[in-house]
Amino acid sequence: MNFLFAAFFLFGLGALLAVIPGRTGARAATLLGSASGILGCLCGLIAAGQRLLGGGAEAFFMPWSMPGGAFSLRLDELSAFFLLPLFIVGLAGALYGAEYMKDLGKTKKATGPQPELNESQSNNRCNRGFLRFQQYMKGSKERRRPGLHWTWYNLLILSMTLVVTAANGLLFLFAWECMSLTSFFLVISEYDLAEAVEAGWTYLLATHLGAAFLFAFFLSAQALSGSLEFASFQALGQLSLPAASALFLLLLIGFGSKAGIFPFHVWLPDAHPAAPSHVSALMSGVMVKTAIYGLLRLYSFLPTGPAWWGGLLMGIGIIGALFGIAMAALQRDVKRSLAYSTVENIGLILLALGFWMQSRAAGHHVAAAFALAGGLIHLLNHALFKSLLFMGAGSLMHGSGSRDLNRMGGLMRRMPVTGLLIVCGGLAISALPPFNGLIGEWFIYRALLESGTALSGLAGFFPLVLIGLLALVGGMVLIVMTRIIGIALAGEPRSPEAAKAHEAGWPMGSAMAALALLCLGGGLMPALLLQVAGRAATMLDPGAATMLADTAFAPWWLGLMAVLLLGCILAAYGFLRWRQGGDPVPAAATWGCGFAFPTSRMSYTAESYTELPQSAMFCSCMNPSTEDGRTIGFFPEAKCFSFEAPDPVLERVFRPFFRWAADVCSGFRGLQAGQLHVYLLYIFSATILLLFWVGQR
Amino acid sequence: MLELFLHLLLLFGLSPLLSGVIGKTKALFAGRTGPPFLQSYYDIWKLFGKGLVISRTTTWVFRAGPVLALAVPVLASLLVPFGAIGAPLSFTGDLIFFVYLFGLSRFFTAAAALDTGSSFEGMGAAREVTFSCLAEPTVFFCFIVLARLSGSLVLSTMFGSVLNTAWQSAGPSLILVVACLFVVVLVENCRIPFDDPNTHLELTMIHEVMVLDHSGPDFGMILYGAAMKLFVLGALVVRLVFPGTTGDVLFDTLLFCGGMLLLAVVIGVVESTMARLRLLRVPQLLVGTMLLSFFSLILLLR
Repeated sequence: MNFLFAAFFLFGLGALLAVIPGRTGARAATLLGSASGILGCLCGLIAAGQRLLGGGAEAFFMPWSMPGGAFSLRLDELSAFFLLPLFIVGLAGALYGAEYMKDLGKTKKATGPQPELNESQSNNRCNRGFLRFQQYMKGSKERRRPGLHWTWYNLLILSMTLVVTAANGLLFLFAWECMSLTSFFLVISEYDLAEAVEAGWTYLLATHLGAAFLFAFFLSAQALSGSLEFASFQALGQLSLPAASALFLLLLIGFGSKAGIFPFHVWLPDAHPAAPSHVSALMSGVMVKTAIYGLLRLYSFLPTGPAWWGGLLMGIGIIGALFGIAMAALQRDVKRSLAYSTVENIGLILLALGFWMQSRAAGHHVAAAFALAGGLIHLLNHALFKSLLFMGAGSLMHGSGSRDLNRMGGLMRRMPVTGLLIVCGGLAISALPPFNGLIGEWFIYRALLESGTALSGLAGFFPLVLIGLLALVGGMVLIVMTRIIGIALAGEPRSPEAAKAHEAGWPMGSAMAALALLCLGGGLMPALLLQVAGRAATMLDPGAATMLADTAFAPWWLGLMAVLLLGCILAAYGFLRWRQGGDPVPAAATWGCGFAFPTSRMSYTAESYTELPQSAMFCSCMNPSTEDGRTIGFFPEAKCFSFEAPDPVLERVFRPFFRWAADVCSGFRGLQAGQLHVYLLYIFSATILLLFWVGQR
Repeated sequence: MLELFLHLLLLFGLSPLLSGVIGKTKALFAGRTGPPFLQSYYDIWKLFGKGLVISRTTTWVFRAGPVLALAVPVLASLLVPFGAIGAPLSFTGDLIFFVYLFGLSRFFTAAAALDTGSSFEGMGAAREVTFSCLAEPTVFFCFIVLARLSGSLVLSTMFGSVLNTAWQSAGPSLILVVACLFVVVLVENCRIPFDDPNTHLELTMIHEVMVLDHSGPDFGMILYGAAMKLFVLGALVVRLVFPGTTGDVLFDTLLFCGGMLLLAVVIGVVESTMARLRLLRVPQLLVGTMLLSFFSLILLLR
């Protein structure tokens, strides 16, 4: 606990110190902000490590003047399990950000002013949209104050730590709101770009609508249990089924909107990419997981529900996974694609946790244990490889000045370290050996197979369908990752900026390398991952935890196979080197079927790579909107083609709904007359009404 | 130890023969003499001795493709039984690892193809990842059928002696599984009707176009790796069709080799009598196979 308070202190100190140097001392602000972030995360890691190694729980209580609230903290294994990725990613992000924020202003200046549209070009609607899009992809030009950024960054980690350790409903909500607000300010970092601000507003709206459900949950929990202390929530275990189900649904919607579960994910693909890359890493890798934490923590107070709770989670999970990965394949913005992949991974985690709930309710304890382990391990792994990929995408942006896949290309040559690390992250997220992604998915498959092969009839049907769908998702992740690597890193540069791309410096490189090493380490030592997950499982399902502690279930075979695989690769490589001899390999142009003047504009683009899967597999509602690519006649004039894949749920459900709501509510605009005496009248009449109400009671 | 030795011997020694047999069969249908049975061995040997030219655009990813294409089938072969010879390595849940292992070589083959910057190779890569994505659920459904029948999640047991009784108790399911796995063998090894290993027309082919820029030992490793992949996946089908064992190692080995050669002949017959499907029909056929494999599972669920 002492180390945790030290971490709180350091984050708070960093947040304060970073604003002191002001506009002139950007370097000092960055140094102070990131150093205190790094030190705070180190302290936090020690605190979390102590809990995970030693077990047990520590609590701290201090009265608070807020009615019903108390500054009550509790650090147990489940909290420590969620603190682990938070501090690892937070540390890597602080290191990464130290360079990213420092250089961002410089590189933007060096690129010079954007080419202005001339009259004839701007008449073309398609062209204008394209250029605006291009500008958005390049980010804003104005040099920012990094000090404020570091304040929000440190406060974000601080509030996430509070969310995970809070043991009082009011404190939890307070920390939850702080987390939402600090991340909102980080999302609108580039506030001179209309898209970034719009993404920020969508995020703020979505997160507060979700928070409303959480308020409803905590208020009813207080009414039912008599207090907002988590310790008293044990009383909720005696609830009747309908009441408990209602509370569960409140939790699911409230936390789901933050976690980005389908269909409440609509803000996520806009908001995560808009933030600076290390913040995207923190948001996508960790912040969405705090919602999973909240769901698990508060679910653990409810009675063990009926099977349909788990079934609901599984259904939402698999739909989200399929939808997320399909949308990820259609995005040409590399960070947007990664954000959709977060929707997919949250779907997988939800699927695993739902299967755990369902199997536990149905009494299949082995399957439940595997599912819980799979969900928790995947959660930890996803934090590592998704933040690695977001930071890698940030380095690509930093090097090539664009987020557009079609304006990158050939970056592996120019940024070899970043390229290698992105490939590592890509392998990990595609669940390929020898990286950690496979371990979590292996457990999820094991759980589904365990009940799918044992049960007959309809009970066995659903797990088996899910295995097939999971395999389909796995194949699609491979499409998305080979697309990002193949279009951004491989081939010829697709823009002049990409041709001049430069490698990231050591802070960014080492932050990513550390995450990549952790990904590899997880793949080589899966038993360790299982142990860590087993610790967290003790809080949720003691039966499953003892089962997972059994050495018979240890996945050490997977680690052995990963080592064997590395051995096979080395042997094959050695053979190749031997056959190749010591002579330098002659280089020639890529075979172009005899065409003499190949240009990079002829190479396969991000859209063409997914054209076949899109036409063969995706639902037509996801079809991207294309504009004006048709050429007519024998000597067609120059044409431009634009391609956009907006979120169908946002476009077809939420936008029309909110437009309708805005129309309805515009009738109330008259109330807001802008005249002081009218407002005073409102206050007066409200007070009178309240007095009547109090008098009635 | 004997199993490991036999596995590696059969895999390294016999795998290139399959494409020779397929070639001979196709030649027979076409009324030609065809290349000799050992042609693939000559090709691979010749390529290993040749020099290497690589594209200026490429990076280490391009060189990693062939390495993975060879390393992955070798490791995967250790997880499957070759006929009655059990798998040298097996653990509970190895079927999941088996499927994802091939994903690794696909990842690098596709990345290596895109690394050349050629749009032909990009085309091939896009097709390869799409078709494999659709084939993956089929593999899982087929494995689940066997897992249900054997009550085990170990490939070696699933394809073990339990098959003898399973053919009597669940014949229809197993017939469907054999058919589906055969389709998977065809699509994963780029055979007609999914891909034409002979054409060098970029618009019609998948795998060949992806390896267009590889040469010398690199290309030799790709050919060898492709032969091994056919051998490993084919071994699953052969084991299903010939589940018996004699108890004698030598005779079992011969039975398995005979089965593999028969499989090669069947592939040759399919290639000679069928035309290549139109590209947009391929996903439909794959989805159909997926449903068929799921149906074989439904038969067991009742």
